[in-house]
Amino acid sequence: MTRRPAAYDGVAVCCPVTVPYVRYSPETAHWWAGAALSALGERTGLGPADIDGFCFASFSSGPDSVVGMIQHLGLCPRWMDHIPTGGASGVMALRRAARAVQSGDADLVVCLAADTNQVDSFRQTLAGFSRFSQDAMYPYGFGGPNATFALITDNFMRTYGVGRESFGKLCVAQRANALSNPHALMKRPLSLDQYMSSRAISDPVHLLDCVMPCAGAEAFIVTTEEKAASLGLAAASIKATIERHNAFPEDPIQVRGGWVRDVDTLWEAAGCSPEDMDTIQFYDDYPVIVAMQMEDLGFCRKGEVAGFIDRHDFTISGSLPLNTNGGQLSAGQAGAAGGFQNVTEALRQVLGCPLGDQVPDARRALVSGFGLVNYDRGVCTGAAVLEGAT
Amino acid sequence: MSNSGSLCAEMAAALVSGKLKCVDLTNTLSPDFPVIVLPAEFGQCAPFRVETVSRYDDNGPAWYWNNISMNEHTGTHFDAPAHWVTGRDLPSNTVDAVPVSDFVAPAVVVDISAEAAADADFVLTRAFLEDWETRNGKIPPRHWVALRTDWYKRVGTPDYLNLKKDGAHSPGPDAGAMEFLVHERDCIGLAVETVGTDAGQGSHFNPPMPAHSILHGNGRYGLQCLTNLDKLPTFGAMIVAAPLKIQGGSASPLRVFALYDAE
Amino acid sequence: MSNPLSPPKRKDPLTPSRLGHVPPRLRSRAAKAMAVRAGQGRFVLQVCEGCSEATYPPRDRCPHCWGELRWADQPQTAVLLAETVVRATTDNFFREHLPWRIGTVQLDAGPTAVAHLHGDVAIGDQVRMRLVLDRGGNPALFALPLKETPHMQDDPQLRVFTSAPKHRRILVTDGRTRLGQDVAQALLAAGAGTVFLGNSDPLLRHDGEEWIASTPNIDMVPLDLTDSRSVSELAGTLGGRVDIIVNTAGYVRPGGVSSGSRLATLQTAMDINAFGLLRLAQSFGPALGARSDDGVNSAAAFVDINSIYAMTGNAGFAGFAASAAARLSLVAGLRGEMASVGIRVASVLCGPIDDAWHQAVPPPKVATSRVAQAVVQVLQDGLEQVCVGDVAEDLAARWQQDPFLTIREENL
Repeated sequence: MTRRPAAYDGVAVCCPVTVPYVRYSPETAHWWAGAALSALGERTGLGPADIDGFCFASFSSGPDSVVGMIQHLGLCPRWMDHIPTGGASGVMALRRAARAVQSGDADLVVCLAADTNQVDSFRQTLAGFSRFSQDAMYPYGFGGPNATFALITDNFMRTYGVGRESFGKLCVAQRANALSNPHALMKRPLSLDQYMSSRAISDPVHLLDCVMPCAGAEAFIVTTEEKAASLGLAAASIKATIERHNAFPEDPIQVRGGWVRDVDTLWEAAGCSPEDMDTIQFYDDYPVIVAMQMEDLGFCRKGEVAGFIDRHDFTISGSLPLNTNGGQLSAGQAGAAGGFQNVTEALRQVLGCPLGDQVPDARRALVSGFGLVNYDRGVCTGAAVLEGAT
Repeated sequence: MSNSGSLCAEMAAALVSGKLKCVDLTNTLSPDFPVIVLPAEFGQCAPFRVETVSRYDDNGPAWYWNNISMNEHTGTHFDAPAHWVTGRDLPSNTVDAVPVSDFVAPAVVVDISAEAAADADFVLTRAFLEDWETRNGKIPPRHWVALRTDWYKRVGTPDYLNLKKDGAHSPGPDAGAMEFLVHERDCIGLAVETVGTDAGQGSHFNPPMPAHSILHGNGRYGLQCLTNLDKLPTFGAMIVAAPLKIQGGSASPLRVFALYDAE
Repeated sequence: MSNPLSPPKRKDPLTPSRLGHVPPRLRSRAAKAMAVRAGQGRFVLQVCEGCSEATYPPRDRCPHCWGELRWADQPQTAVLLAETVVRATTDNFFREHLPWRIGTVQLDAGPTAVAHLHGDVAIGDQVRMRLVLDRGGNPALFALPLKETPHMQDDPQLRVFTSAPKHRRILVTDGRTRLGQDVAQALLAAGAGTVFLGNSDPLLRHDGEEWIASTPNIDMVPLDLTDSRSVSELAGTLGGRVDIIVNTAGYVRPGGVSSGSRLATLQTAMDINAFGLLRLAQSFGPALGARSDDGVNSAAAFVDINSIYAMTGNAGFAGFAASAAARLSLVAGLRGEMASVGIRVASVLCGPIDDAWHQAVPPPKVATSRVAQAVVQVLQDGLEQVCVGDVAEDLAARWQQDPFLTIREENL
């Protein structure tokens, strides 16, 4: 029996910051992290001395971890954490920061992810990614995550009778959403035909199933309601969160994520259900993972996602607005910041300050994280329900 | 003060004027110059080998030099008496102890090239030598007896060692010839173009290897693997053959050349 | 079926050669341990000493009970669950080999794994797994059809992992011996394009001359491993045209350490067995490495035939065994160097060979034709080390159990 986790009473999440992405950057992760802090400072008037908690995620800050980063950026926190889980790092940072604030270990935690993308960064990040990848995945054609997710996608499509058209619908909707986001790297409309005819990268994964690596930074603040109010910051509350890692190692190929283990806990703690979500911000490194999350987070049953996708409209004005900033597929994947942009976008929607178009009357958002393909599957999963003030 | 009357001065003048000719009797010391092949169960004669230490490179930017290795009997070489068991107890029997005066000595050239061409196993006998003396004159004492076989022209072909299933086939003396040359003509040594002073089949002679046995047993020397003996006059050439001063050495590779009157 | 491999066309002199890249090489220590076994042609996984579960990828502790892991031979069957064709990569080696087909297999041994796929396997098929070494010397799982298919060895992905003789030009270093000639014959039978047979003394006759002269696709070339100039001159002549080197040269003489041997004999043994290998490696290595990804007849392997006593020493042949040990050590060094440029370095370790220098050694002695077959197997399977013959296999088995005991046994 899982104990029901305590509520996040008194915790405020506020001030989403996105440093506009660029395809390639000669700058370092440190520079991008500093740019995010600078934007936060401009918005809030906070200086280095005002930040007593710092939670950091990056793939390209090496050799520095959060330790190097706080000295580099002049912080003196009394609580800090380093989250190495990529696509799951945003949700995980949120939960950790919230508990730190709730317990009084920190008053104001800046959660920040920053990654640069120099011309050869992606290859280098891959080459040194994980021991299992080095030993047992990358030597097999070195297709990177494309090849890993191609195997997952191939099996998923075969097992559950999902066609590329279903994934195409998700990608096309996200692109439509991206067109209102001035920072999105993809700026042209996408048709289903264009999606279907894009070239194969690692069958059945095609070019438009893949995210574009880029440089960028994302940040948000977790603090007390009082502090947020004193700073004049609009804040959202956390209704529930879950995380789970290395679930179902017995599945020969990944067909489900760790959410399945804890999805009931999530909705019970949140006191609402999938139908109550005004928008969903799902981790979208590949559309197959978006589809998997729809099943595993309770939007439809396993094996029924094709019909579910068919029945819904995922654009901002649609029945289930998905990845309203365009997601990584259309806005770009800025390394670990890709695991934060779903949190910042959800925050913006429920706080009424989106980068692009606003989901009408958005109050509740589900954020989902999925990260770290250590070998043949994503190991880390998490999810959070955020709620804005009415 | 001029010493124009001295022998050395006369010789110098002859060398400068070209009246005294100089001919190289040495084969080039190279890795593929053949060495004597013994039955496989015996120790073998190491061929000449060269390893570059540096050649204007990171091991020596401004200089070129090599390490070389070989047997004492590799290439054109000089055999000292200690080489053979018969000479083992003689005084001054190793190359470092051989009197330096023996390194410059006159030569008489005995031409057996026609006989050797006709028969690779041609055996030089006392009778042949006596007949030769009748035609050419007596072999003087303290001379190198140089056997011209034209064998050096076979260098670079299998016919030089001429190793068949029943052993090597090349000309050489029998015991009678050697006894005659050593005891009755007091030769300083035997100089040959073949790889050894003995015939290729010399181990089947009685006694075996008569040239080695009799030469070295009597303090005489061998010179092997020579070239150009066909360039020398029958009488009147002077051979210079000074082996390396190898302590206790049985033999030594060396540069051999001969001086002779131009006319 | 695979398309039969066509002989390579002559190269366009205006087209630069493809550089000899290798697949990503950064691996864990456990993966390296797997590589050692792959090089011996074994199919192994780690098995837990506590719960007996097999695990993959290579780990340092059991993920089920945290027990200690040991390597154990496993059933080679599996089922192919999913596949993809990689069409884009940032890796220089695979870029030259795209598209590249991989899949997820359910191993009968337990774990699932990502594997390279033979062209003749399809989703749902039962497959036969092989643990192979990639061009960089690292372990790789390869899924083959369960049953032999036509021209199976010619599959382009499989060929990347082997050094198969077919259409390749091979230098066999000592053609004066029965061993060298048997190796040449076996290589030609396995489809070698040309065999260059070394002759240390072209002026001296030897057995087998008539056979060599009357056999097509054999070229006798001057090569004396004790002569640096000879080796480098041949490399100058053949360097860019030799794809595989099989070093059959060897010098064996009986003798002890304190008695019964001569230093001069040992020097000759060292000069041929150890320094000879060094000369070959120095003269031919760079040219081999530059051509390791050069099409059908890319440069592929350096195979050294050596004595199993390299591992232990040997009473009665002490000096020879010492030279063999030196040779084995040099081969290990060469293997490391050549792995970075995509050339496989292999040892074929033999017991006493049935030749003139082992007349006093009691049987069993290994026939030269058997050694030749082992050379072909090493190349076709892309191995790093095999033991040939009863004596070598027995010694290797004892050595694996207790190296120091075996050394003692072989020197008493």
